Amino acid sequence: MNKEKFDYYIKKNSNIYEVIIGLEVHAQVLSKSKLFSGSPTVFGAKPNINVSLVDAAFPGMLPVINKFCVEQAVKTGLGLNAKINLFSVFDRKNYFYADLPQGYQISQYKNPIVGEGVVVLDMPYGTKKIGIERLHLEQDAGKSIHDLDPNCTYVDLNRSGVALMEIVSKPDLRSPEEVNAYIKKIRSIMRYLGTCDGNMQEGSLRADVNVSVRLVGDNNFGTRCEIKNVNSIKFMQIAIEHEANRQVDEIENGKKIDQETRLFDSKKNITRSMRTKEDAHDYRYFPDPDLLPLRLEQSLIDNLKKDLPELPDEKKERFIKEHNLSAYEANILVSEKEISDYYEEVIKNSDKKLATNWITGDLFAVLNKKNISISESPVGAKNLSSLINMISSGKISGRIAKEVFEIMQEKNQNPKQIVESKGLIQQSDPKKLEKIILEVLSNNKDKVEQYKSGKVKLFGFFVGQVMKVSDGKANPQLVNEILKNKLK
Amino acid sequence: MSEIIKLTLNELVAGIKKKKFSSHEVTKDFVNRCIKSKKLNSFITDNFDNALKISKKFEIKSNQNKQLPGIPFAVKDLFCTKGIKTTAGSKILNNFIPSYESTVTQNIWNEGAILLGKLNCDEFAMGSSNETSFFGNVENPVGKKLVPGGSSGGSASALAANLTPATIGTDTGGSIRQPASFTGTVGLKPTYGSCSRWGIVAFASSLDQAGPMTKNVKDCALLFQVMSSYDQKDSTSVNFTRERYSEKLNQNIKGMNIGIPKEYRVEGMPSDIEKLWKQGIEYIKNSGANIVDITLPHTNYALPTYYIVAPAEASSNLARYDGVKYGLRTDGNNLIDMYEKTRSEGFGDEVKRRIMIGTYVLSSGYYDAYYLKAQKVRKLIKSDFDTAFDKVDAILTPSTPTSAFKIGEKTNDPVSMYLNDIFTVPVNLAGLPAISIPGGHDEKGFPLGLQIIGKAFEEQTILNVAYCLEQKINFKNQIKDWWLK
Repeated sequence: MNKEKFDYYIKKNSNIYEVIIGLEVHAQVLSKSKLFSGSPTVFGAKPNINVSLVDAAFPGMLPVINKFCVEQAVKTGLGLNAKINLFSVFDRKNYFYADLPQGYQISQYKNPIVGEGVVVLDMPYGTKKIGIERLHLEQDAGKSIHDLDPNCTYVDLNRSGVALMEIVSKPDLRSPEEVNAYIKKIRSIMRYLGTCDGNMQEGSLRADVNVSVRLVGDNNFGTRCEIKNVNSIKFMQIAIEHEANRQVDEIENGKKIDQETRLFDSKKNITRSMRTKEDAHDYRYFPDPDLLPLRLEQSLIDNLKKDLPELPDEKKERFIKEHNLSAYEANILVSEKEISDYYEEVIKNSDKKLATNWITGDLFAVLNKKNISISESPVGAKNLSSLINMISSGKISGRIAKEVFEIMQEKNQNPKQIVESKGLIQQSDPKKLEKIILEVLSNNKDKVEQYKSGKVKLFGFFVGQVMKVSDGKANPQLVNEILKNKLK
Repeated sequence: MSEIIKLTLNELVAGIKKKKFSSHEVTKDFVNRCIKSKKLNSFITDNFDNALKISKKFEIKSNQNKQLPGIPFAVKDLFCTKGIKTTAGSKILNNFIPSYESTVTQNIWNEGAILLGKLNCDEFAMGSSNETSFFGNVENPVGKKLVPGGSSGGSASALAANLTPATIGTDTGGSIRQPASFTGTVGLKPTYGSCSRWGIVAFASSLDQAGPMTKNVKDCALLFQVMSSYDQKDSTSVNFTRERYSEKLNQNIKGMNIGIPKEYRVEGMPSDIEKLWKQGIEYIKNSGANIVDITLPHTNYALPTYYIVAPAEASSNLARYDGVKYGLRTDGNNLIDMYEKTRSEGFGDEVKRRIMIGTYVLSSGYYDAYYLKAQKVRKLIKSDFDTAFDKVDAILTPSTPTSAFKIGEKTNDPVSMYLNDIFTVPVNLAGLPAISIPGGHDEKGFPLGLQIIGKAFEEQTILNVAYCLEQKINFKNQIKDWWLK
């Protein structure tokens, strides 16, 4: 890492602090049914519809592991370049809450299904490796709804028992920007794998953030605080910024940092103490006697590995090597699965460089303006592809293409139809062009003379005039050639 | 023809199949006897009217190929029964009606049996005398004011009093074998994983097993064969080929090696029990089997180990009874207050005691010293048995250190109560099968049991040994129907 370009330090009274951040990402496993019951997992169902006797913890009900969820966790582990543990154990994490029907959450404590791994971030100052401590499977709790009634709390168990992967990073992150890149990278990997949809609004991706600070050069970690369930990357960055500064202020005022859990207040952009270490729950973890330890066959892992889709890092390498894209371009294209899918659809039949320019340029501008994602793009990949082909084949000029693109945004219309119905096809008939050029030259005799006496800059003026007369349809290349001849 | 209610399960099945009597006649006789036997308090919920109706229907559409055709059958109230209140002997489930049927009871109904009612038991199966039940003490038909043992006390009492031709219990630390011993009946704790736990109110998941309680060994084999099945809904259910235990039952134990563990000679054990055990050893020798002295060196640690593991699991298993979803709810000022009031009111003293012990041994700072150590000792106990079973086919021990005691005698002394499980608990910790059969009477005339422990999934062996011993012992219960109105 190039230290000179990395400048996320907090300076206070001539002391310089660095910020140490570790993340616990909770990612909902993409699966049709829950981790230990056959209930569906669909989002947005009416309350308490997707609930089985197991999810509601009726007497005598027993959990049975969903093999698909296990495979999803293994795939994610492989995507994080992590060690897959052939032996793992489900434990009970005991605590009382109204939306936790069993009175315990089934999780993995000492023996998680996935061990250490690594993800690579592309930062402006170079690549940075972030260590993964572990990934484990656990059940989600239900949802308590406190604002429906002044006196009662309502409980919705639809989410109760849904499979989550908790991905714990090592304390390797050093700035809100790195946190941003990390979450996006993890999300992207899981979306490529199809193991989590990464939808933060629907709560399929949540994170707890551990923050501590220390003087630059100090090798020991400071006392950390955990910020719970911050539900967007933006808020996460604000929360870290606030929390790090709060800790520095405390230290500079001669106080000690208490290890505690803090809540982020997104209205005031501050964090507040939720509970201190002394109030921390004693979860009384112990192996769930209703479930046998999870033993995986190496062959299962090998098969999953074999069928793994191309992941962003590999895709990027390929785009650079085989498509001759710059690292910057490749990075943008692979950052989200939907973008690379779109790109790969466009280049099935058209030029890679042009496709890259159009996607990262004009298309992204439109998406940004409309604040939508590429999967909601008003211009479909196939139509963009034929637009690009009309440019490469000389059917339309780049300028006309921009005009056509404008129209395409309104409704996802085939550019060929637009070009034909509006008569925008490029004029490439040399005889017709010559006629226009001669007309322009004879209308501007003075300028022709100035050109011939050395004012070669005027060439552009003549091109412009030709384009104007031709309503922009003249083939610029041909115009250039003919003009040069005529002006000799 | 002798009285219907005195017949064994096999005799009743044969009688119905040969149309000597009908399912309805049988059911009627048992229902009448149950009604006259309310004093024993063996039932929590009766299903008499329903049973009579169903038995009548069975006449019309009888399926004689079933293994328990039209047999009225009462079960411990720890098994969830669809549409019938299931309490686990607790106030906290006093209003709980399951919408589902446990796998084991379903297996029994699938073979034609008819639910007669739900039998009393210690609260959440925690107890050795049935005195922890919210629904009151159960009396042992053997004698007035005598406990029937526990936790399957209602089951043992009903069986011994001829209120049901056979029944089922659950055994976590001896809850089938000890009451069988106290009532002069036969009780089998199967290998862990043989009978599905699905739909049984959980006490300690790694120890709980359902098992048959019957009048003789032949009945036991038949009922066990019906109960045991592989169940995908229970992750600890084991998929193995189950024997036709009943058809394969025989008394030939010639050449078998039967182990006698010296550690089961405990200090202060009544001489009657010692005598009984010696008598059993003689019978074994006479049957052509070899007696082998063995050692199970960690036996002494079994009871403390059990009283860490079982409460630890129970403290977590019982967390779901919180007043939120079903069962008792006592309103409070807030969520925590509601929890506290509901659980204070809903659970009895023994259950609370075990929840507290379990919570303590799992707490951070104590986990390693208690729970983890107990798990290690548990492994040692299991390996003791593994070593012993290299040399022997089965192990013979007494079932309990005493015969039935008086109601109230031990209620204020939990440790002396816990000592009742001293011979039965190691078997649960090791996950092995064991059967208790009546071995004789003590000087008070109360029944005493002998326990035969087997290798995992070798129930057939211990059933055969028990069958052989049963013939030699020729036990006759001396129950005198004193409770009848």
